[in-house]
Amino acid sequence: MTANLRRRKLFSRLFEVLCALAVVIALIPLTMILFYVVKEGAGALNWDFFTKMPKPVGESGGGMANAIVGTLILISIAALFAVPVGGICGVHLAEYPSTKFSSVVRFAADVLNGVPSIVVGIFAYGLVVLPVKRFSALAGGVALGFLMIPIVVRTTEELLRLVPGGLREGALALGATRGRAVFGVIVPAALPGILTGILVALARVAGETAPLLFTALNNRFWSTNLTQPIASLTVQVYTYAQSPYDDWHRQAWAGAFLLVMMILALSIAARVAVRRLERMNRP
Amino acid sequence: MNLVLDPELKVSVPRMAPIQMNDVQTDSKISVRDFDFFYGPLKVLHGISLEIPARKVTALIGPSGCGKSTFIRSINRMNDIIPEARATGAIVIDGRDVYAGDTDVVELRRKVGMVFQKSNPFPKSIYDNVAYGLRIGGMRNKRQLDELIERSLTRAALWHEVKDRLHASALALSGGQQQRLCIARALAVDPEIVLMDEPASALDPIATSKIEELIYELKDNYTIVIVTHNMQQAARVSDRTAFFMLGRLVEYAETNEIFTKPKEKMTEDYVTGRFG
Repeated sequence: MTANLRRRKLFSRLFEVLCALAVVIALIPLTMILFYVVKEGAGALNWDFFTKMPKPVGESGGGMANAIVGTLILISIAALFAVPVGGICGVHLAEYPSTKFSSVVRFAADVLNGVPSIVVGIFAYGLVVLPVKRFSALAGGVALGFLMIPIVVRTTEELLRLVPGGLREGALALGATRGRAVFGVIVPAALPGILTGILVALARVAGETAPLLFTALNNRFWSTNLTQPIASLTVQVYTYAQSPYDDWHRQAWAGAFLLVMMILALSIAARVAVRRLERMNRP
Repeated sequence: MNLVLDPELKVSVPRMAPIQMNDVQTDSKISVRDFDFFYGPLKVLHGISLEIPARKVTALIGPSGCGKSTFIRSINRMNDIIPEARATGAIVIDGRDVYAGDTDVVELRRKVGMVFQKSNPFPKSIYDNVAYGLRIGGMRNKRQLDELIERSLTRAALWHEVKDRLHASALALSGGQQQRLCIARALAVDPEIVLMDEPASALDPIATSKIEELIYELKDNYTIVIVTHNMQQAARVSDRTAFFMLGRLVEYAETNEIFTKPKEKMTEDYVTGRFG
């Protein structure tokens, strides 16, 4: 009895140690990335970085104002295009979960989610860039949008299915049509979660480089024209990091730092938004 | 395992003779004629026929799985949302068969309100919950809405508890208040019939007695059909009681008759607690 108990305690202890070890291993890359990015990037970050345009090689200083605005424009185009498409797809999947069409759509979304982002970039290149023979912000936004769609579809579907069935019955029993019940009661009930899903998807595509390389390309100059190439933080970091100039390396670190902070900020914003909406729902 | 619904299970349940018109003292609001209901191949209601009187409380009692919930949900066709559900026979409300091909289900459900076992307020404000049915009916006038919302909440005996926080979330209310809110929400669209599927089964005794008082007051204006597991509740609130067993209507009579001198042995066994 006591020997058995001692053995069980030993095993329990062993597994606790193993679990803790696994956690540490998983956290090592994250902390190291954060450590280096903060160490190298925070120092290089200054007000000029946000407000100034890139300087020509040889001149020190300058910033990435065009790339910051470019990234914001690109993810806005992506959201504008992916949120309605993905959201409505998600509603369809949640409403007709077991039709053949739905299982095909679900499978397609999962496959699209797994497609390497560079392939999505090539697709957007063929779809938007080739016909007009010009790289453009629009093409970049479309590429990012395609990457967003599957995330939005699946989170929307999953969150809608979490809404209690009683709400649907309640709405129908009051004489609501199915459409009204879905868009007036069920979707609003799931909205906080869906918004988080959208923000997480935005954060994810904001950090993409590959799909932008031959869609939005890059731009050394200030541009908000959607039919022209546009700068983005990720491509700018990629370009600067490969360059032989120390000053550009510093800027690349600052860009990387800003990207990490943006993603952190979006994740925090998502959490705050959910908290606030949840509190409104059930204080 | 759903033993009671097993179609192979042979239990002899006496079939009730169709009710004669002179059995019913008041005019009938809902007239059910030889109503069968199926979930796919499974027949769960067998030839139900009964007359539900206007402005009375009719209780449906019976053991779990006897079909009473399926039956009450057939009256406003809530079972339509279940795939492979199928009905034959007729449920006639004010001379119109709700299962006729030209029935507008949306219109039917505005006339036949429903309160569910588990209170299901929408995650919106108290005000918006009660306004929901009115708004989908096309009402936009703020003053009219305010007035009807106050009246509905008053009828549901909730007004005094919530009048200072109409725009607070409905989910902040207690379980009993939520259920009365659901009743107010159903009453707001001015139905003629209110179906209640075990409205108090998830509530504590005090909240339950409030709901029961409310039902008693509502019957002056509404025809009420209530499913209940609680026989004391059926005895307290209802005028007539129908006893269901294995998907069949065993006995249907004045409530005090069912509880004091039932005609069927099975009814007597059930109401005296010998099985159930």
